[in-house]
Amino acid sequence: MIYMDNAATTIQKPDEVKAAVTAAFDSMGNAGRGASQPSLDALRVIYDTREKLAHLFNGGNAKQIVFTANSTESLNIAIKGIFEKGDHVITTVLEHNSVLRPLYECEKQGVELTILGCDGKGNISYEEMEEAVRENTKAVVCTHASNLTGNMIDLKKVGEITERYGIWLVVDASQTAGVYPIDVEKLHIDILCFTGHKSLRGPQGTGGMWVREGVRIRPLLSGGSGIDTYNPSHPTEMPTALEAGTLNGHGIAGLGAALSCLERMGMDCIREKELSLMRRFYEGVCQIPGVKVYGDFDTGRRAPIVALNICDYDSSEVSDALSEEYGIITRPGAHCAPLMHKALGTIEQGAVRFSFSHYNTEEEIDLAISAVENLSCE
Amino acid sequence: MRKKELKLVVTFHTTADAMAMEKACREQAVPGRLIPVPRSVSAGCGLAWCAPLEERARLSEMMQKIHIGEEGLFECVL
Repeated sequence: MIYMDNAATTIQKPDEVKAAVTAAFDSMGNAGRGASQPSLDALRVIYDTREKLAHLFNGGNAKQIVFTANSTESLNIAIKGIFEKGDHVITTVLEHNSVLRPLYECEKQGVELTILGCDGKGNISYEEMEEAVRENTKAVVCTHASNLTGNMIDLKKVGEITERYGIWLVVDASQTAGVYPIDVEKLHIDILCFTGHKSLRGPQGTGGMWVREGVRIRPLLSGGSGIDTYNPSHPTEMPTALEAGTLNGHGIAGLGAALSCLERMGMDCIREKELSLMRRFYEGVCQIPGVKVYGDFDTGRRAPIVALNICDYDSSEVSDALSEEYGIITRPGAHCAPLMHKALGTIEQGAVRFSFSHYNTEEEIDLAISAVENLSCE
Repeated sequence: MRKKELKLVVTFHTTADAMAMEKACREQAVPGRLIPVPRSVSAGCGLAWCAPLEERARLSEMMQKIHIGEEGLFECVL
């Protein structure tokens, strides 16, 4: 099997991750529920992972790192927890449904929504973003990179706008955490949402958010906290305020190991390899007659994704043929990115998304190029 | 692309139903496999069960037996 669906999840995980999860199964009690050795062991592992994440994002106090199950949960907590009727929010057509659907729900409850369009290459206009700011604008919610085209949004530019107007910046880093450095201070980010199982290479069921001190989020859940039991209200202290119930300690142990591995290998080294593979693939397929590649490849600053179509072939059929005939795993269809597909004119056809990991090889890339070429001739 | 044939395509309300379908078909040696939902059926995401046309009766019977509700049953050239 040649796995090229890393934008959905990374299959190859470092051995350290597997070892850490296994070890956690043998030792972990319930973190923060009592002071027994197993409970404290779990708490220590989780806190250690919080610290690593705070360090990764230059987020300062580890208490501002909240663990969730994935980016979708983080984004729901953020979006449903900060907006109120009468607020205005700006987002983009690049977004995943994990941003759009919570925002649509907010819109039904009286939140005003502006969705910025994109040009033919799938890039937004920062001038339009600034022009969209109103008196009642509370935040910009945007992705760091499109999960369909791989195009990135320049968070430095967005952060300058949100800083200038005193509004919050909420970022979906699902496709970039672990690939690109994200400095929440330099970029003026107020809430950063990430998942653990993609480019951070942790287990599925892990994810989280970093929340700037002073940013108040109404919790989605309340319940068990391990502290302040006789208080009828859920504690407001971070991170407990946003972490009702038992955490996924086993998964978080794996995520912690993944972060150590990321530091050891070096993010720059990983990114360079992934982008080099992406470029090799792009250059191999973009000249094939009948192949249409989506997104902006004029810049090297992008997520390692290439989305394409062959002639008018159904993307599902192409992806299935790649899998069945060549053992190449890709993702067809709509990728939970309805507005991006609408902007690219691919609602009906979908697109075949190849997304790379540093575990891929140049030989695999060349095989994938040949497969696309063969399919385009059939 | 590959040589195309008319096939039976079953879509489901949930991926859990698709999993139940695959499991039941494997257990009872009913031929077929899970595929991405073809564009001709739905422009979006999801899984469908693709089987030879002649398996229609066996599939329907089995789905009734294990309480899987089909979202749609189509004949597609795939």
